[in-house]
Amino acid sequence: MCDQTFVAATFGPCDNCTTASPLMNIYIKNEAINYCSFCVEVMACQGLQKGESLANLKRECESLKKKLEEERGKLNDVELHQVAEKVEVVGALSIKTRRVLKGHGNKVLCMDWCKDKRRLVSSSQDGKVIVWDGFTLNKEHGMTMPTTWVMACAYAPSGCAVACGGLDNKCSVIPLSLDSNENLAAKKKTVAMHTNYISGCTFTNSDMQLLSSSGDGTCALWDVESGQLLQSFHGHTADVLSLDLAPSETGNTFVSGGCDKKANVWDMRSGQNIQSFECHESDINCVKYYPSGDAFASASDDATCRFFDLRADREVAVFQKDSIIFGASTVDFSLSGRLLFAGYNDYTMNVWDVLKGNRVSILFGHENRISRVRVSPDGTALCSASWDNTLRIWA
Amino acid sequence: MTIRNAIRDHGQRYRPRMVCLKKAEKVLLEMQDPRTGVKSQPQRLVITTIPHAITGEDIIAWLADRFQVDPQEARSFGSMLVALGYIYPLQDHKRLVIKPDASLYRFQTPYFWPTQQWPVEDTDYAIYLAKRNIRKKGILELHEQEQYNRLHKWMNHKWDFIVMQAKEQYRAAKERKKPDRVVFECQERAYWVVHRPPPGTVSGMDYGLERRIDPNADEVTGEALRDPYEHNSSQSALVSQRSVVHVVSGRRFKYLADFDDFLPGFNSVDVPTKMRVERWTFSFGELLSDPIGRDGFRLFLKKEFSSENLAFWESCEDLKWGAAATMKEKAQQIYKTFLARGAPRWINIDGKTMEITVSGLRHPHRYVLDAAQTHIYMLMKKDKYGRYIKSPVFKDTMKKAIAPEEHKFTNRRPSLSPIILRQQEEEQRAKMAASAPVDITQVMSKLSQQGKEGKEVPPRRPSK
Repeated sequence: MCDQTFVAATFGPCDNCTTASPLMNIYIKNEAINYCSFCVEVMACQGLQKGESLANLKRECESLKKKLEEERGKLNDVELHQVAEKVEVVGALSIKTRRVLKGHGNKVLCMDWCKDKRRLVSSSQDGKVIVWDGFTLNKEHGMTMPTTWVMACAYAPSGCAVACGGLDNKCSVIPLSLDSNENLAAKKKTVAMHTNYISGCTFTNSDMQLLSSSGDGTCALWDVESGQLLQSFHGHTADVLSLDLAPSETGNTFVSGGCDKKANVWDMRSGQNIQSFECHESDINCVKYYPSGDAFASASDDATCRFFDLRADREVAVFQKDSIIFGASTVDFSLSGRLLFAGYNDYTMNVWDVLKGNRVSILFGHENRISRVRVSPDGTALCSASWDNTLRIWA
Repeated sequence: MTIRNAIRDHGQRYRPRMVCLKKAEKVLLEMQDPRTGVKSQPQRLVITTIPHAITGEDIIAWLADRFQVDPQEARSFGSMLVALGYIYPLQDHKRLVIKPDASLYRFQTPYFWPTQQWPVEDTDYAIYLAKRNIRKKGILELHEQEQYNRLHKWMNHKWDFIVMQAKEQYRAAKERKKPDRVVFECQERAYWVVHRPPPGTVSGMDYGLERRIDPNADEVTGEALRDPYEHNSSQSALVSQRSVVHVVSGRRFKYLADFDDFLPGFNSVDVPTKMRVERWTFSFGELLSDPIGRDGFRLFLKKEFSSENLAFWESCEDLKWGAAATMKEKAQQIYKTFLARGAPRWINIDGKTMEITVSGLRHPHRYVLDAAQTHIYMLMKKDKYGRYIKSPVFKDTMKKAIAPEEHKFTNRRPSLSPIILRQQEEEQRAKMAASAPVDITQVMSKLSQQGKEGKEVPPRRPSK
């Protein structure tokens, strides 16, 4: 909570609709306006006003962006890899495949670890969602969703439910039960409803709230019990492909990355877009917070992974290599944050040294694209899900 | 000449987003350089010779040298180039990989390179299959035969045109010289292996779901369209940059592993390990996020008669992350218990924060207690946390913490499912609620008794 950037959230009656809610601080012509996020959306849908034209609004946009870059540049003092010269080099890694989880009949699109460091849930293209025990390779639960391309799945913090969503535009929460005769899919509760495919979902600090990102360009926070929309986040101009919650226990922010090449940091209370980074040259496939919560990494189709610092408000490292030309589809940090594991579309996984910016290791094994890489909660293992229908656990 | 297929490409083979193609093309051009590129040799077939054949090992060696990587990575890169269709194998043409031996490959002609902009038409595929059928009946493989039948059904309306085109191409090919014809046939065959892969093979062109926004689409211009978010967000970002408050504290991280022997479940351990206890000294957040740490801290606060701070913080967390249905009641409950004048567990916050909170509570919202919660968090962090770390109770916990033995990765015992753990927790909570002491003095005497015994009893948790 306090080890993070504070944005003082104002709370009170909205200037426009007078309902009490967290307010977004926006400025129109340098005048502060306190609107609730719904009114901001309504305002954004207005047509052009008198005296405005598309061309001069665009020009204004460009000039504001240039000013932003100038301001950012003023704070730029030293590069990350220069500071990191004094840091010891990471030793050679010996990471090998320890387990191969076979059981999906189709591309595995997503996976997530349970907080007990052992169980994991994975979802695939044919609609199957399976909960595995990573040590024993047992399939503990299996359910079939009524949709194909289940691109998002998440384990609840309590370990007693999973959430998944995909082409059905909905994200559902399924409570897990040990009764093997029970049809788990029948008990699923539809929580999130978007107008396009669900690309990512995660529970917040409890089982009661769910954050989802969608191909319709928005993210949303939902109450699981009632299915109520608590807050929606508008700002991306294209599909949102990924999101990640800030790691601090009392975190109030999350980051999302989309096809508009932007990575946005949002305040969950007011729905405001606090920071935005546009450095990639192509779609951002995955974003992940650094373990301390002060930075995040993103993976993109332009074959680079980039590291952004929230306090410095800019990109501080680019992880790229001549021999890597295929897009990166997923990233995750090791427990300490020194290593960045990135899965690519050329069926390999590269391990980068975050501080020094060089590649430490390359891992082979999968026979098709790697769709998701996740480090276990205790940092001892790494799981990768791939389009070759398998998941591999590395250690 | 081909007529653009107005029917949508059913196989989702159109790929607007393969940025890697341009980069691959650059590498290809370097590889084909006569001086610095891959060495080529003519390949002898029965009567004809095909020029410019390259061996797999030469390709891998060249790539390893060019990118300064080891052979395994060079081989993987080479295989991707073959999978994309820039290089094709002359023998075993259906397996699109690079073999690190003397197997022969050739560069694909740029005419047949995969493109980003235009889809690979089914019409062309139909013409190709028809042509091969004309050349020699029965030469089509099973999956090709199936495709042919399917296309015949779907494109029945222009089948005459397709057959005519096939015949024309076949006749034109016969007029070419034999080596050229063989080469062209190989190239065309390789092209179609890439773009219409046999079933069961991995296709390098497999793209997945199409995304809603097409990066190659022309920008839409029009009066009605504007992007106010960009405009407003740029303005806000500029202003907020100057006014954001940064609260930063150092966070050290150590690599820790909780060995399975000492962690059968989430937190139902009696004695934590040394490393786990040490983690609590890193920061206040670490202490709070570990349930055992939090319990120890709670006990300490009880002795200091300031346990209401932690209870308030936990209630605020519950409010924030809890179900929306009970939110209003929870907020009222918290007000009555902690904030109202004369409340049983009144917390000490400054006047300004109290004012903001009370006025916010008139229209309760999940985040209405944020300011108060932050104040209390900082209070605990600056004062109580330091005292706890220095206290004899904590030092005692450190001493009692066990050093875990080396984990033997041989046991693959199934672990307790979190569902069972949750049931156990709820049963325990129900028991505690039924038998909990009502009087604070009773609590204190119980605590001092336990202190003497040296045993920790899970304290009563606030309602979640």
